[in-house]
Amino acid sequence: MSNETALHGHPEVDTHDDARLDEHGDHHHHQSFITKYVFSMDHKMICKQFLITGITWGIIGGLMSVLFRLQLGYPDAHFQILEDIFGSKWAKGGQIQPEFYYALVTMHGTILVFFVLTGGLSGTFANFLIPLQIGARDMASPMLNMLSYWFFFGASVVMMTSLFIQTGPASGGWTSYPPLSALGDASEGSKTGMDLWIVSMAMFVVSSLLGGLNYISTVLNMRTKGMSMTRLPLTIWALLFTAILGVLSFPVLLSGFILLLFDRHGGTSFYLSDIFLTETNKALPNEGGSAILYQHLFWFLGHPEVYIIILPAMGLVSEVMSVNSRKPIFGYMAMVGSLFAIAVLAFLVWAHHMFVTGLNPFLGSVFVLLTLLIAVPSAIKVFNWLTTLWRGNIRFTPAMLFAIGFVSTFISGGLTGIFLGNSTLDIQLHDTLFVVAHFHIVMGVSGILGMFAGIYHWFPKMYGRYMNPTLGYIHFWVTFAGAYLIFWPMHYEGLAGLPRRYLDYSNWISFNQFGDLNRFISTVAMITFAVQLLFVFNFFYSIFKGRRVTTRNPWGATTLEWTTPIQHLHGNWPGEIPEVHRWPYDYAKDGRDFIPQTEPLGANESAH
Amino acid sequence: MSTFFLILILLLGFLITFQIAKASEYVGVLKGEKKNFEQHNRINGFMMIVFLVLGLIGVYWCNELYRGKILGESASKHGEDIDRMLYITIAITGVVFVLTQVLLFWFAYKYQYSDKRKAHYYPHDNRLEILWTVVPAIALTVLVGFGLFYWFRITGEAPQDALQVEVTGKQFGWIFRYPGKDQTFGKKYYQNISDKDNNQLGLLWDDGNTHDDIVVTNEMYCVVNKPVKLIIGSRDVIHDVGLVYFRQKMDAVPGTPTTLWFTPKYTTDQMKKKLGNPDFVYEISCDQMCGRGHYTMRGIVTVVTEDEYKLWLAKQQPIYAQIMQDKAPAPAAGADSTKSTAGKTTAEVKAAVTTEPVAKLAKN
Repeated sequence: MSNETALHGHPEVDTHDDARLDEHGDHHHHQSFITKYVFSMDHKMICKQFLITGITWGIIGGLMSVLFRLQLGYPDAHFQILEDIFGSKWAKGGQIQPEFYYALVTMHGTILVFFVLTGGLSGTFANFLIPLQIGARDMASPMLNMLSYWFFFGASVVMMTSLFIQTGPASGGWTSYPPLSALGDASEGSKTGMDLWIVSMAMFVVSSLLGGLNYISTVLNMRTKGMSMTRLPLTIWALLFTAILGVLSFPVLLSGFILLLFDRHGGTSFYLSDIFLTETNKALPNEGGSAILYQHLFWFLGHPEVYIIILPAMGLVSEVMSVNSRKPIFGYMAMVGSLFAIAVLAFLVWAHHMFVTGLNPFLGSVFVLLTLLIAVPSAIKVFNWLTTLWRGNIRFTPAMLFAIGFVSTFISGGLTGIFLGNSTLDIQLHDTLFVVAHFHIVMGVSGILGMFAGIYHWFPKMYGRYMNPTLGYIHFWVTFAGAYLIFWPMHYEGLAGLPRRYLDYSNWISFNQFGDLNRFISTVAMITFAVQLLFVFNFFYSIFKGRRVTTRNPWGATTLEWTTPIQHLHGNWPGEIPEVHRWPYDYAKDGRDFIPQTEPLGANESAH
Repeated sequence: MSTFFLILILLLGFLITFQIAKASEYVGVLKGEKKNFEQHNRINGFMMIVFLVLGLIGVYWCNELYRGKILGESASKHGEDIDRMLYITIAITGVVFVLTQVLLFWFAYKYQYSDKRKAHYYPHDNRLEILWTVVPAIALTVLVGFGLFYWFRITGEAPQDALQVEVTGKQFGWIFRYPGKDQTFGKKYYQNISDKDNNQLGLLWDDGNTHDDIVVTNEMYCVVNKPVKLIIGSRDVIHDVGLVYFRQKMDAVPGTPTTLWFTPKYTTDQMKKKLGNPDFVYEISCDQMCGRGHYTMRGIVTVVTEDEYKLWLAKQQPIYAQIMQDKAPAPAAGADSTKSTAGKTTAEVKAAVTTEPVAKLAKN
């Protein structure tokens, strides 16, 4: 293994690469199944591990949403099959019990936010694209990179285990606010399930930090000759800012979790004060703690977290959109600048989740200002994407369709963010289905559309085969239309004040007017989920049976990953790493369709 | 059995879709990659415009369908501010929404691949960047300005003469306390809470101020057109007092009291007529995840006229008196004395509620 790590040298010593690659080539043959597919240190294999783990979690998390939508759409119905599968404790008489419902929504949130849209998205594309697009043979530390995946895997195993224990998994919402999450007597899910949740999340944080530090050091130190920072593709910029956000905010989350663990088992009172539990008929001894402290710690990560999800998607979309419009991304520097602005502001807005916790109204007003400020860089990005399309020559590959879909949902969800970031409106909309609709559109749907754009676009590079495009088109149009049909009318439910995390509205005079709509949303959600299975099938089928890629650069892209051979090899390039001479967006320049980054500037040519 | 068939149909659908997709890939190879690509591109380009048109129609239709079902007129004065803010925001974001979505899908349709077109090399233009930095910034300044103006009005100090009610959340219900004739809430300590002894809030009987405090559960009363201030707390986990018709919301946090205030505009009876719903009541919904019964944690706010309120209050017996009465039957001698004090307290309360608010009204 030692020569593998030695391989990732600086550009200056690259002259020796040929010799070392040969040596390495021999080494390849000795790789066992375990070192090649399981404990691999090759970034391309680790990328696939993240991606497939992410897809697996995506199916599980999605299935959970189908189950609780079943309850929301048909609160009075009895589905015998549910009792057959889940037993009478969780689905008595074929009806989803409250504990089960809350466990489902909690797990759905945790899985989708962290395991799919953070681990699955950043993990996949940072691992895959960073070395390939900056011209490096692998990550700065392949060993840490491998550990990053295996901590993620460990977190997955623990989280999965928690689904099968007697008292059920955590069920206090994906935010797990104490005291509910701190007291086993307050809720079934706060018993062992919560401990496993904390352990799993702690491992996830470790995974995320190992990955993030690696991404940052790789981007900063291992760019090939000529690859200045301003010649980086926007994917890399986005992934770099994502990694920085993660490294700075995940530790704070971990500290919050550790204090929670102390409160649960160490008898401390960080979050607990003045509590009398009806369940046990006892007053707890804890005094002086603040339940709100946890919310500050949580949202100090929690808000950057939504940008950890959306920034990589933005990067992928920028790249895919430019390639398929056959036109440079409009306003490269403005795009980098707005990414930077979003990354900075991400740290300064967390308390907009807490306008109605009793936060000082003056403090609230500061957070209103900072929150709405984020809309400015977001608007810049949207208009730049629109201008990128303008007078392009657009190819609607499945990836491009998903990129366009991303811009549409990002606009819709971004605009509803302006409602919620305004504390005056948040009083009415806080913790209603409006919030649910907002963050699903802007973070969930946009994030996943960006991820799909990335998967369809780079699949040929990952596996040397194409995914079936017709299934891709069907997948896109049904998913895109489905997302709007589910979440657009949900905003109206939120405006009417329907609180989130209710499993049945029929007993409420103020909230029972949407029975038909809930049934409609549930039906669309099931169809949309079924179509995701079509994607999963297309994905795995194409790995083995897809049409083979025959040219190195099937999309006619300028960036470095398309200069590598179709067959993956450890170290990415046979021979020297190519030198970079220009920015990555020379499309349609001087009458040429595209000019690769590796081509030197012509005599009369101006750099962009 | 029906589930089995459903799964079978689903699988069949999958299989058919997959076969068609696979076949189209083969046909594509036969037809030539370029021709196949152009055909697919045209279909998807057309779909862009179809989606835009159907989408905008859908948005309009959805609005027609549901605008009557989202809240009508707000039942509090603060709510008017919030509704105004909502309409300002909808107007501004609505324009941006339609503009950007139309441009997005229209550009995608218009500039779809054509053999004849050459993409236009257009990497940047600082004037445009400045345009779409400054215009959104101005729009947002307007929104922040209105927002904060209303925000401070809503979260500002409650008027001095506001009716004070303490609201305490517990798994899964609401407890309300009125200060009684002395207009002062007596001291409480959570270690004293005992559901068995009917001391749900842990009031300290050593503090004389508790003796006239009135404690009721599930339903609270307040007076139309008179500000009411809620002092909110929780006995166990975090809850949230959600008052949808009054457009108010505030978390109930154990150990940290919070407040909100509003002025109801209509009595419950007036709302019944307004909405044409004889079952209408103002509901308190718990808006913060609090455990298995979260979705059933319902309270009621009954808004009445000043006279009705006085009548209601007069009927309430202070919790201290109730507890003493419950304990009474034990020793015969002691029973008389407690009964008499209890009786006295109730009488005092009656006197207080009949005189005090009237005096205050006269001042106004």
